[in-house]
Amino acid sequence: MSDEKLVGIVLVSHSAAVAASVAELAVGLAGGGTTAPVAPAGGVEGGGLGTSAELISAAAASVDRGAGVAVLTDLGSAVLTVKTLLAEGDELPAHTRLVDAPFVEGAVAAVVTASSGADLAAVEAAASEAYAYRKV
Amino acid sequence: MLDADFFRRWMTATAASVDREAARLTALDSPIGDADHGSNLQRGFTAVTATLEKEEPQAPGAVLMLAGRQLISTVGGASGPLYGTLLRRTGKALGDAAEVSEEQLTDALRTGVDAVMQLGGAAPGDKTMIDALVPAVEALGESFAAARAAAEEGALATTPLQARKGRASYLGERSIGHQDPGATSSALLIAALEEAAGE
Repeated sequence: MSDEKLVGIVLVSHSAAVAASVAELAVGLAGGGTTAPVAPAGGVEGGGLGTSAELISAAAASVDRGAGVAVLTDLGSAVLTVKTLLAEGDELPAHTRLVDAPFVEGAVAAVVTASSGADLAAVEAAASEAYAYRKV
Repeated sequence: MLDADFFRRWMTATAASVDREAARLTALDSPIGDADHGSNLQRGFTAVTATLEKEEPQAPGAVLMLAGRQLISTVGGASGPLYGTLLRRTGKALGDAAEVSEEQLTDALRTGVDAVMQLGGAAPGDKTMIDALVPAVEALGESFAAARAAAEEGALATTPLQARKGRASYLGERSIGHQDPGATSSALLIAALEEAAGE
């Protein structure tokens, strides 16, 4: 496992505050030591609620260390925009995946797993598994 | 035959009618959506018009590819990737021919609508833009006027439907009785074809 090649995590929300806070939470819960690169892509340029393809592309580029990028989204246009960018082929770094996961719990699982040096498939599996954590 | 100018006129006419109808689209989006459909599309198509003027793409496919790219970049709501995918896949299917037939446009648009269904997971009857686009493509083989009528009829027919996709689906039965804003804007896009043809 190499510290230089951690999987990057992008958190896409309709709200800049939600994306930034979930990123802060996930990094905080990942504990000390090296954490995987995490970038929020929240809201639209200029600050309103919505989804920005440009912010998503920039966030993905900023966390790409060559080990792949896992993208988690909240809903609606966030999901559709990431899917569209992936379908375009050249808008996101190679080995970028939209991960099907609950946003908050999935983000924590993804960042903790990626910080351990796990590969993209393991990060994706950990984030998706968060759907199965029952609370009652 | 339809050249790049026709496709530019299509986009310009769509931008003009979205401008004209923005308040109505947003009003339709208020009870069952997040009240931004008109303003989102207005921002998107304003950007489309500006880019087409600046870059002057010379082929039908290139016009739609560029327009779709702008919508994906600038809309900010779900209609951005959905309309962006519609135009880009249609444009890609047209290839780089300098002129295309109405039949080629119909086939390409069918490819684009299929891509939208795949992206959003919506089928006819889900109370989405698909309910205007699918009948429009079917009628396009006949004429632009028939396509417009079919799209408008499809949009009106979304009123009694219960939404099964998107934010409106959270409302369940309460989404019944409202015309779908996406189907309504899709009907504007199709109506603009007839305008571009000068029929």
